[in-house]
Amino acid sequence: MTISLIMFIGFVALTLLITFWAAKRNTGASAYFAAGRSITGWQNGLAVAGDYMSAASFLGISGMICFYGYDGFMYSVGFLVAYITVLLIVAEPLRNAGKYTMADLLAYRLSPRPVRAMASLSTLTVSTFYMIAQMVGAGVIIERLIGLPFAPAVIGVGVLMLVYVVFGGMLATTWVQIIKALLLMAGAILLSYLVLQYHDFSLAGFFDAVSKADYAGTAEPKNLLEPGLKFGVAVAGPWGPLDLVSLGLGLVLGTAGLPHILVRFYTVPDAKTARSSVVWAMAIIGVFYIMTTFFGFGAATILKKALIVTETGANNPNMVAPILAQVLGGELFFAFISAVAFATILAVVAGLTMSASASFAHDFYSNVIHHGKENRPGAEVKVARITAFVVGAVSIAIAIFLGPGVNAAFLVGLAFAVAASANLPVIIFSVFWKRFNTTGAVAGLVTGLVSAIALILLSPNGVFGKAGAVFPLENPGIVSIPLGFLAAYLGTILTPRDLEAEAKFSELTVRAHTGLGAEKASKH
Amino acid sequence: MHENKPPVDWDRLEAKPEFRALLGRKARFIIKATIFFMAYYLALPILVGYAPELMKTKVFGEVNIAYLFALSQFFMAWIMAFVYVRVASRWDREAAAVIADVK
Repeated sequence: MTISLIMFIGFVALTLLITFWAAKRNTGASAYFAAGRSITGWQNGLAVAGDYMSAASFLGISGMICFYGYDGFMYSVGFLVAYITVLLIVAEPLRNAGKYTMADLLAYRLSPRPVRAMASLSTLTVSTFYMIAQMVGAGVIIERLIGLPFAPAVIGVGVLMLVYVVFGGMLATTWVQIIKALLLMAGAILLSYLVLQYHDFSLAGFFDAVSKADYAGTAEPKNLLEPGLKFGVAVAGPWGPLDLVSLGLGLVLGTAGLPHILVRFYTVPDAKTARSSVVWAMAIIGVFYIMTTFFGFGAATILKKALIVTETGANNPNMVAPILAQVLGGELFFAFISAVAFATILAVVAGLTMSASASFAHDFYSNVIHHGKENRPGAEVKVARITAFVVGAVSIAIAIFLGPGVNAAFLVGLAFAVAASANLPVIIFSVFWKRFNTTGAVAGLVTGLVSAIALILLSPNGVFGKAGAVFPLENPGIVSIPLGFLAAYLGTILTPRDLEAEAKFSELTVRAHTGLGAEKASKH
Repeated sequence: MHENKPPVDWDRLEAKPEFRALLGRKARFIIKATIFFMAYYLALPILVGYAPELMKTKVFGEVNIAYLFALSQFFMAWIMAFVYVRVASRWDREAAAVIADVK
């Protein structure tokens, strides 16, 4: 317990030092929102990976693989493949044509006020769902690790996160993310090594043990390498397999619409660096998710069910990785993995707050309320700081209100579904389709946002529970993503052509594909 | 930032034959690559969902087709990223040539 505490304090001290260093470099909006566009490819790659390997993926996936075997590993696959969508379609035009937020790209040739208002609503929605999930996770973990009760734990995380965002801006958030990504990779490598050591470094022996794992707590051992332990069970009947496809679509298309991933591409000097940062991120994320084979399945072969119970007596899949570390590497390693898990949550929550507050300050405050005619320098940064404070406070309050029992995967699923259904169609159409107009963008954003949320509420995870579910699938993507695209398409072709938007398409195309006129790195 | 430069004639740049050709090549590559990776990726959940017995077939020891196919997705993603970076750096040079006279 004390070692954990010392490691926690050490990490917090280190990140506060970074924030102090970054705060001195915050001169103006570009420095605050985009780290002065001074981040290099590998740094941003690590930061993207750091933003992505959240508590839900590190802790959640280990638990999912340990409990449901192969079906959990399907998440690992989707999380990596998603980056091809980011690499091929989103990263470069976004960096070339944008400034601070996704909406900059849309507002280029469409009517700025409605588009920015809707895009910032969608950004705030996605960020808040994601954030509440992380906050709940943080509360549960810290409660278990250092014995702090749920509510104070959540408040503590929230306050620290606000310090990074409010004082340090994007530069501090990026460096916190980089350090955390390195620590997480180190922890994952060591954990995988210890699992292999336990199996005498025999891959055949390891997979044999996985195929006979009796962890899942059933009477007879199950072959965790075989698919079908989770999907196709939760959703019975003909819909089971379709649910898996729907989940896959949501994962692979949702990432390219996640605001906290998108804002990362503004921190680099140019599109080439944006591209190289995606490649760095893919290398790191890929290695990490392949390692989930070892610690996820490894936990199933090594841990006994009795170990993974929470104070309330329920099995908590989020604790699998730290407990595995404790069993294999002792107290010191347990403390290390716990501190890394804590760092992960802190960093991801800071990234989310940063994207939400940038969107509100830049899109809503400056461009919707003040018509983009902001003449008081520094006002946008000031509004962003206040927004960060409000968003943080609201998320803390909701997380505490929902309590430790809420399903974090459910909230993260919502965020992915909304991002894929609302944000991605309008990003793609505005870069690649000349005829696309404002009505189409607003229709796409609204339909994607509303349909994804509505379908989840009507799903077996939603308000009517499993028995009363109106929508049979757990994942809305297969319906809501095409709906988002369709609405954006119909909204465009059913309304008159917007000649101004079409005229500006040449400008956007040249900018997006050549980088002409994009803001370069600022000197510190 | 570039207030003291003459305004850029975007339409002229966009209409340049070299730029049109570049856009065409980019679009063809991205569309083909996207169709390929989506098909390869979605084949996994579809096969796992609709042909579970096939996917449970063991290949080496206990390692089955399902796991190997999932693992192959990682390599597919890396190879695709590698190929994309190679072609994209060629596009960078062509794009730089298009805007060379206004920079």
